[in-house]
Amino acid sequence: MIKESVTRFGRKGVDFIETTGMMGVFLFNCFYHVFRPPHKIFSIIKQIHFIGARSTIVIVFTGLFTGMVLALQGYHNLKDFGSTDLLGSAVGLGLIQELGPVLTALMVIGRAGSAMCAEIGIMRHSEQIDALECMGIDPYRFLMVPKFIAAIISLPILTFIFDIAGILGGYLVGVVLMGVSEGSYFQGMYNSVDWADVQLGFVKSLIFAILIVWIATFKGYFLHILKSGGHGAEGVSRVTTDTVVLSSVMILASDYLVGTIML
Amino acid sequence: MEKKKTISEVIKVRDLVSHYGERQILNDINLTIKQGEVMVIMGGSGSGKTTLLRTMLGLNTPTNGDIELMNKSIIGLSTPELYKIRQQFGVSFQGGALFSSMSVRENIQLPLNEHTRLDQKTMDIMCRLKLEVVNLSGFENLMPAELSGGMLKRVALARAIIMDPKLLFFDEPSAGLDPVVSAELDELIVKLKNAMNMTIIVVTHELESAFRIADRITVLDQGSVLITGTVDEVKNCENERVQNLLNRRPRNENVDADEYLKRLTGSM
Repeated sequence: MIKESVTRFGRKGVDFIETTGMMGVFLFNCFYHVFRPPHKIFSIIKQIHFIGARSTIVIVFTGLFTGMVLALQGYHNLKDFGSTDLLGSAVGLGLIQELGPVLTALMVIGRAGSAMCAEIGIMRHSEQIDALECMGIDPYRFLMVPKFIAAIISLPILTFIFDIAGILGGYLVGVVLMGVSEGSYFQGMYNSVDWADVQLGFVKSLIFAILIVWIATFKGYFLHILKSGGHGAEGVSRVTTDTVVLSSVMILASDYLVGTIML
Repeated sequence: MEKKKTISEVIKVRDLVSHYGERQILNDINLTIKQGEVMVIMGGSGSGKTTLLRTMLGLNTPTNGDIELMNKSIIGLSTPELYKIRQQFGVSFQGGALFSSMSVRENIQLPLNEHTRLDQKTMDIMCRLKLEVVNLSGFENLMPAELSGGMLKRVALARAIIMDPKLLFFDEPSAGLDPVVSAELDELIVKLKNAMNMTIIVVTHELESAFRIADRITVLDQGSVLITGTVDEVKNCENERVQNLLNRRPRNENVDADEYLKRLTGSM
């Protein structure tokens, strides 16, 4: 009984180490090709359209409502202390440092990360990746690199759009509905948000972009090998779910880590 | 006799052993394939023929043994070296493996786009030529989802021959096709061999198809080669397992029912 438990635990440990190693090698291979031009410009543009442009509406609405909720909560809390002038500062810092990059990344995982994983998983299952290899075409260069570059370009831009939409949402609730003065809202924000905060948000969005594409493409690419994967439609759905869960957890964990290092 | 000696062997498989986990799939396979011949690798389900094909393509790593493609061992080659060798051969997968987001033309032109610097006009002409070869002229703007199973396989074949490869691999070309389309595809394979002097390796379990196209046949069973020979040699082979396959006889037809039941329920 004890021996079986120890064996099972040990096997899980070995699996974990093996998968982590595979993920490391996979990321290395991807970046090796990211830094080796020429790149497939058309594929990169296509991916920017998929990851970036097609996520814009979702990001605008999410940002708008997040800003509105922040302003609503912030206003009621600050009102008790007579500090509603700090509303702009609270909304600005909350969005730019934390909520902007994190919620943008979570939205992109749901919209594009899961789709990337499913796409590559189906390609693996239907032998399209084998076909690429047999044509002498490197799947890393052909499939992964455009996704990595597109995500690295798109995520910071989407985060910026999220922040702007959030600030506007905060303005709508704070200034238009609650009557906080427009000057104090923007001046407070201007005074408290400095360049380091913007940098922090930017660095986070870059790290999140890499994490999302890394996990999504890895899970799809090794669908047939991973213990959580398998073959057929069930295998694809399983790795897609795994991708969303693991990426979301990793985003939140790395958000904390980056915050600890940079703040 | 002298003439035979000059025919070069383009594929040499030596002492090949392959495992999936702890299960042995291929057991000491030895095989040579000569230039310009159609070699059919035949066997029942689970006999290891697809594993052998994938290992010859460098997609699976064997446990032991060696494979030489055009006098170069592919075992232990680096990925870029392997990709370079693969540019010299074409592969048609069982399901076609066409990219669903690309049109027929884009699918066929993909190897040209990746490995050559030809202008679009030349690539369009080459694409039309290959579609003509596979009897699909005028289909270049369709998407794979708009094609039937037989058409998908023919487009996959057009893509496989776009670079005029020396070696052509087919995985189950007749699987899932009706007898007429299957016969058409067989004709096409023979036509390609004659017109382009290609070496063609076909993995199939379809007997009629194998006998129609093969110069030589290798019969696999439970991961081992039972016989390699011409169509007549295989047909006249006295090996019981070969005859079982050729006559479509189940493997265990003489099994005692009680014994079989005991074995299944684990009471033996």
